[in-house]
Order: sequence, then C-alpha cells, then structure tokens
Amino acid sequence: MANSDTNKNSAKGDVQEPGRRDFIVVATYAMAGVGAAAVAWPLIDQLNPAADTLALANIEVDISKIAVGQSITVKWRGKPVFIRHRTADEIARANDTNLDDLRDPEVDTARAEKPEYLVLVGVCTHLGCVPLGQKTGEVRGDYDGWFCPCHGSHYDTSGRIRKGPAPTNLEVPPYSFLSDSVVRVG
Amino acid sequence: MSATQFKSPVVRWIDHRLPVFSMLHHTAHDYPTPKNLNYMWNFGSLAGLSLAIMIVTGIVLAMSYTAHVDYAFDSVERIMRDVNHGWMIRYIHMNTASFFFIVVYLHMFRGLYYGSYKAPRELLWMLGVVIFLLMMATAFMGYVLPWGQMSFWGATVITNLFSAIPYVGESIVTLLWGGFSVDNATLNRFFSLHYLMPFIIAGVVVLHIVALHRFGSNNPIGIDTKGPQDTISFHPYYTIKDVFGIAVFLLLLAMAVFFFPNAMGHPDNYIPADALQTPAHIVPEWYFLPFYAILRAVPDKLGGVLLMFGAIAVLFVLPWLDRSPVRSARFRPLFRIFFWLFFVNAIALGYLGGKPAEGIYVILSRVATAWYFLHFLAILPLLSMFETTKPLPKSISEPVLGSSGRTA
Repeated sequence: MANSDTNKNSAKGDVQEPGRRDFIVVATYAMAGVGAAAVAWPLIDQLNPAADTLALANIEVDISKIAVGQSITVKWRGKPVFIRHRTADEIARANDTNLDDLRDPEVDTARAEKPEYLVLVGVCTHLGCVPLGQKTGEVRGDYDGWFCPCHGSHYDTSGRIRKGPAPTNLEVPPYSFLSDSVVRVG
Repeated sequence: MSATQFKSPVVRWIDHRLPVFSMLHHTAHDYPTPKNLNYMWNFGSLAGLSLAIMIVTGIVLAMSYTAHVDYAFDSVERIMRDVNHGWMIRYIHMNTASFFFIVVYLHMFRGLYYGSYKAPRELLWMLGVVIFLLMMATAFMGYVLPWGQMSFWGATVITNLFSAIPYVGESIVTLLWGGFSVDNATLNRFFSLHYLMPFIIAGVVVLHIVALHRFGSNNPIGIDTKGPQDTISFHPYYTIKDVFGIAVFLLLLAMAVFFFPNAMGHPDNYIPADALQTPAHIVPEWYFLPFYAILRAVPDKLGGVLLMFGAIAVLFVLPWLDRSPVRSARFRPLFRIFFWLFFVNAIALGYLGGKPAEGIYVILSRVATAWYFLHFLAILPLLSMFETTKPLPKSISEPVLGSSGRTA
C-alpha cells in the first residue's frame, strides 16, 4: 500500500522540483549537523588552557645578581627563559653582524630592549629542544651563543640562527623592566 | 542485503571486503519492526544515547580530574571554575547519570507491563538486568570520585555491606579498600573501574541488541508478528520516532543542566571528605533509594544485605516466575492492577529510602519491601495459574483493520 502511494506522488509531483519531503529531510540533517557542531565545540575547547593556567602566564625575575657574562634560566609557562648579561664584546659582535648573513634577518637592537640583557625563550625553533650554552663550560656553538645538541643548530650572541636546521631565531618573549633590577616576563 | 544496493562505489568496494555497511543496513535500516510500537519503545534508544553522552563527557572530565585524596576535590572544583566549559561538561555528566536511570527504569517498567521478558526473550531481559547491575556499580563509583562528604561516606557504607558476609566479610572489605578505611587506594581503584565499566556496559549492550534482533521487538499487544504485513522497516519509521524522543529527552536534560543542575544531587557533597565526621543524614543518590529502603527495612545486617541484592536477583528469574503465556498487560486484567500496585510500591520504596530510618517510615518500609517480594514470588506465579485472560487478537493488524487483517 505504501508503494502505490509513493508511485502516485512521484507521478504527480514529477522530478523537476524537489518535494516538501526532501526539504524536511535536508532540514533535519542540517539541524542535526548544527547541533552536533555546537556540542562538539565545548568538548574541544576544554582542551585549551584553563583560566588558572592563563592566570599564571607572567613572572618577575630579579636580574641584579647576574654578573657580566653570566646567564640564568627561569621557567615561564613551563618553558625555559634565558636571561644573559652580555659582555661589551658580545654586544659588539651582535651589532657588527651583516644582516645578509642571517637566515632570519633581525637587528640586535630590535631583540634586546637594554643591550646588556638579552631575554630569550630557550627553546630551539627546530623541534623544541633546549640549546646548550647557559652554563660555563657548555658548548656555545660556532658563533659563541647557543648550540642545540639535538640536531646541531648554532645561535649567535643575539640568539639568531646562523647554522643548522632551525628556521628562525630564538624567540624573544614579551617582557618589560619594572626597575633596573626586576624584569617581568609575559 | 547484497552489497550491490549501495550507490557509492567506494562503499560497495569496502562492503564487499568488510561487510560493515550491510551489517548496519540490516540492523538499523531494513530491520523489520512491529508496526504498532508506542512511545514506551523509545527508552531503549534513549538509554543508548545516555550511555554515549556519559562516555564522551566522562573521557573529557578524566582529562582534568586527579584521582588522589589530596587533589580530587580541588580538581573537580577547578573543572567547575577554570577549565573551559568544565562546569557544563560536569553538569551534563552528573545530570545524564540521573536521566540514564530514569530512562532505564521506564524501559524496565515497559518490559514488565508488556511482558517483554517472556519466551523467547528471557536472555534479552537477563542481559538487561546485567546492564542495570553494571550501571549501579559504575554510578556508585563515579559518585565517590569528587571526594566530598557524601562520596566518602557513601563509599564507606556501601563497601561495608560486604562485611555482612559471614567469616570472610571483614577480609573482603579490607580487600575492596586496599587499606583499613576508604582512602587513597580506594579512590584510585574506583577511578580505574569507573573508567572501565562503561565500556563493559557498551559490550553487553551489543549482546542485548543481538538478542533483541533475534526475535525482534515485543509490541503493545504482545503477540508475535505473523509476516511482513505486521512490520515496517526500522528506517525511516522508527529512526524518526526515536529522533523525536531524543529531542524531547535532550530538552528536559538541558533544562536540568542549565536551570536545576544540583536538584538531583546532595549539597553535602560540596563539603570535602572528612574521615572523622559523618554527615547527620546520609542518603545515596536517588536512583538507589528503593534498594536502600529494602536494606534498612530489615533489622538484621546480613538479612538486609541479602534482601537488597535479592531484590535485583529476583529480576533475573522473573521469566520463570511469571508463567502466563499472555505477554501484554492489555489482555491480563488482574495482572494490570497488580502491575500498577507494584509501580506505586516501587515509588513508595524510593520515597521511604530518602526518609530517616525511624518511626512510621520503618514500618512502611517493611510493608513495601514485603509487597515487592510478594509481587514477584507469590502474585505473579499465582496469577499465571488462576487469571482469566482476555482473548488475543489474531494478528497485529486485526484490531485496526478488523478480521480482514491480511490486507496489504
């Protein structure tokens, strides 16, 4: 009996214009799709950093104890941040570099607010290892900055990539000097 | 059911080698279903949906939960305050747990009313009781995880039930706890099992559906389908009917989640667990209350525990207690009356389980408990012997189309 009905309808309505039934079916699937997407979003977004994680996004560091030529490593957002008190020689070498020699050209003055203090995220831009060069005696690479032991990237005294597979310079985090002795990272 | 019916060549290619599409088509599309199912047959799909919601939200919650006595409560509060949409995901999980039980209880009462447990569907029914038991265990362990006062003392009371077992009871309780009280070891194993058991439930659900599809759904008049004239294909007729039920269900669930999220919970569970201080009035979650009432009705420790578990065990043997060959209550006038008495009695047990165990409540609990067992162990067997049932229609079509029910 159902068959005879459908046959009658299709004979009358013909194929040219979509029937009301098609509209209802498409509208149903569309609503289901919108609903599924709306439900999926909170389930995906919960993977993003929670409010308490975001609230811990900046730190204050006392830099008065760092002697010239020394570096310290602090933790910011779970990552190492390098703060190096550079020597006059290191600053000079960073400034003297010809920009054409750089893979990711950037002048040193754009990377250090105060030339004596270089603040960098200590994560190699290749695949995320922590480069060596913070402690005395560690390999500093061919350009006397940092050397990543994982795949051999060399960074110079401004943290710029000079040799090896890393594509870009070591990242400079947002920071500001609260006073001569305190820097806030983040 | 041959692979050739699929339009897409990709689907045909896959189906020829791995017939999943034929299987799905056979299970959820062609599957012949009695054409007279009413809305009481919606609760199976709603229970399946509830299980899916619980698993999805539960997996997400586990990403931010810490199963340690020092951190569990705080990690749940962090989910409520800091994790993106965490409050909503947790409230959905909490309230769907309650809705899951509402839906399953209605599903069970449907089965009781229409005799869905009778031959040849005994195993289908028993698998359902297994799912019900697993659900209770899962819900109980889930309630312990927030590590509030009710979590802690609920866990203490329920695990202590096993201490009623003669001789080995104390050792079993120590084994369950992994210590000398409910503590970190208990919390950790409960978390592990709470994560595991929904997947076991999903497995039993598959068996439940396989058993269902062996003989097809029962129906409101409880007689077998006699051929294609009595059935319609599952899709689109019952898929759309299920979708309508799902829409209503989600509407009510959303109302609970967004307007009354704690209505079915207990405020004491927002107090961190304290092993030195029991709350003044401790009750389990509402869905356990009827069984809790049975437990407290008996003035003997072991007796109470046995009767409580017996209240569920009796469901396993129900197909052999009710021997009447007529399934549906529509044709069993006396059974119908007793069904509704049983229903009211079950609600009453739930009410009494939430009241303090004193005075009139104890007496009423005892009467209701006695009636619960009387219904299964005396009334049903006697009814199947002495009840005069109404004449059954010859086919599902007959009541609608008259005696010429064969018209197709």
